[in-house]
Amino acid sequence: MLQDDTLANVLYVDISKKRFWIEKRQDLFEKYIGGAGVAIQLLHEECPKGVDPLGPENPIIFAVGPLTALFPLASKTVAMFKSPHTGNLGESHCGGRSAIAIRMAGYGAIVIKGASDIPLYLAIHDNQIYFRDASSLWGIGSCITVGRIIRENEPAAGLRTIMRIGTAGEKLVSYACVTTETYRHFGRLGLGAVFGSKKLKAVVISGKRSLPVSDGKLYQKVYDEIYQAAIGSPAMKKYHHLGTAENVLPLNEFGGLPTRNLQQAKFEGASEISGETFAEHYLGRRLACSHCPVGCIHIAALREPYGDEPYFYKTSMISYDFEPIYALGSMLGGSDPKGVLRLMERIEVWGLDAMSTGVVLAWATEAQERGAISEKETMGIKLGWGDYTAYMEAVRLLIEQPNEFYQALSRGVEHAASLYGGEDYALAFGGNEMPGYHTGPGAHIGVLIGARHSHLDNAGYSVDQKTLAKKKPTSPEELAEALLAEERWRQVLASLVVCFFARGIYQPDVVSKALHLAGFDIAPEALYRIGEEIHREKYRFKTREGFSLDKLRLPKRIFETSSPLGKLNEKFIRGAIEHVKKILFE
Amino acid sequence: MKLSVVDTERCVGCQSCMFACSRRQGEAGIARTCIGVRSVGGMERGFVVIVCRACDDPPCAKVCPTGALKPRRGGGVRVDITKCTGCGYCRDACPIGCVFWDDEINKPMICVHCGYCAQFCPHGVLRLEKREKVGHASG
Repeated sequence: MLQDDTLANVLYVDISKKRFWIEKRQDLFEKYIGGAGVAIQLLHEECPKGVDPLGPENPIIFAVGPLTALFPLASKTVAMFKSPHTGNLGESHCGGRSAIAIRMAGYGAIVIKGASDIPLYLAIHDNQIYFRDASSLWGIGSCITVGRIIRENEPAAGLRTIMRIGTAGEKLVSYACVTTETYRHFGRLGLGAVFGSKKLKAVVISGKRSLPVSDGKLYQKVYDEIYQAAIGSPAMKKYHHLGTAENVLPLNEFGGLPTRNLQQAKFEGASEISGETFAEHYLGRRLACSHCPVGCIHIAALREPYGDEPYFYKTSMISYDFEPIYALGSMLGGSDPKGVLRLMERIEVWGLDAMSTGVVLAWATEAQERGAISEKETMGIKLGWGDYTAYMEAVRLLIEQPNEFYQALSRGVEHAASLYGGEDYALAFGGNEMPGYHTGPGAHIGVLIGARHSHLDNAGYSVDQKTLAKKKPTSPEELAEALLAEERWRQVLASLVVCFFARGIYQPDVVSKALHLAGFDIAPEALYRIGEEIHREKYRFKTREGFSLDKLRLPKRIFETSSPLGKLNEKFIRGAIEHVKKILFE
Repeated sequence: MKLSVVDTERCVGCQSCMFACSRRQGEAGIARTCIGVRSVGGMERGFVVIVCRACDDPPCAKVCPTGALKPRRGGGVRVDITKCTGCGYCRDACPIGCVFWDDEINKPMICVHCGYCAQFCPHGVLRLEKREKVGHASG
């Protein structure tokens, strides 16, 4: 890497002792690039074995990469921590202004250690670090209000990120998220609860600087190539036009859209909650992350009367995407777009992971239908498919946790089902609630073996779609190998912190060329090896914390509901997992 | 020629213009940018784009005590860094906040209306236009 690049600076902040220091860690960045590669090493260094994820020893690590602020679309921040949701590797990626702000403040990574005695928020402006008393912000339930207050109190508008938690994080819901810039999230695996456990209400980061490049002329040229590819490619246009919500209709047509807790994989109300419907009737604005020309963030404008007096309206601006539409729409059997938007808005305000919340509510609805729980547990709420009034009330209660049932819901569907039964239809994989794909075996195996149990680990749904197109079955071994290869390559992208939407643009030769300008000379083949090693390092952490591929639970439901590739077969799935195990551990 | 902010409602807040401005001056990052994009006060309400609007009679030049800022033909100013003492009056004089500051050398940075940023505006917010009287159409 280039000697005068501040990327190697790691900022350590101890919020117990209110101390901070900076260490130069070229060793980590030169070997592991940045992002996920560096973060997993810092997690190994900073997170002792077996710690309580909600205890002060659990560190929070943020990392960005060498291409951040140098090239477009390298605008993700990788967060790593021990997850309070799964008790294992916690990794979550977020865009917004977060990555650019960290890089422009002069850091490649930030490590937050300890826990504060009083509520606080951290303000990091270049090399000035402030521990601000957040006693008056604690208890403000809305992520949006917290952002608004901090925005007024801190400098550097346009050059900063404001990461914060809402009431769900404060109440330690194990799938509480951290929100940045109103609409972007470290969504999955409960970083919000880790913030809450440290009494850390928010982190604001800003900066403005120049970055060195190895060859100014070549830099302009490569920049232009990547930029033109980004604005010209059909894939990127799709993300700008309808956004990820575009997937609702095609997935439904295939019969891969989980519906009513995956009792079906085709939803008769899909067209009412499709990307097309949202765009036509509700789309009010599109937004982009910093240094990404695409603008994939879709914001619906929902105008509704207050009802208590005539002509008194409010207009809510609500971010939507495919995953929340699936989790809070089809999965809950809801085809009323206004209902879906209202629930999305509440979840945004309170700071929950929308996907986990939807799957938890779906399980609870079915459990109540089947009599596993009654209105005694739900405190009088009758959960019914598509009943958004009931769902909003249930979400409020699972955050407040007034009884044991809601306490159980606040720990996720796997935990709730372990207490109340209904494990066969508790749709969590590796402890994390399922994403919106019942496309075939690849989708589920991908999430099971994925290091963070996310559909983005290896995109199994995409392998399924390719299998479907080829009309030729894939063997468990072939499938396992395809998923592993994809996940290993994605370690490289996640270390560059390139948005996965741009994976088609950042092919190995382009990555190599771009990295050269940041002073990293890594040949395309060597990139693959680095990806493989980072993946191994993640598994080393997972194994250390007790994860085993042998112990993975397969909810029966996935074998009951047919997928576009037919009925799934447990033997096939176990076979693929076995093959992954062989490759990783033998 | 002058840079025009055609319609801020089209802005998605990607800030590609800010990076372009720095690159035009041979640098990566955003330290050198003479254009700024920030939210109106929360992303839900959209963005403001802050860049010199090429005043006919620029107040920043009027308050410069050393003649480092000279009105430019067609509006706006040219900055002669060698004459600048870094007093900051120009920054205070611009009510729009278009005088950006280079903290490293303590001197102002003001848009020269080259239009490079407009080439990297993917959604038609910025445009380099033939000079007309500064009017209501500029954002």
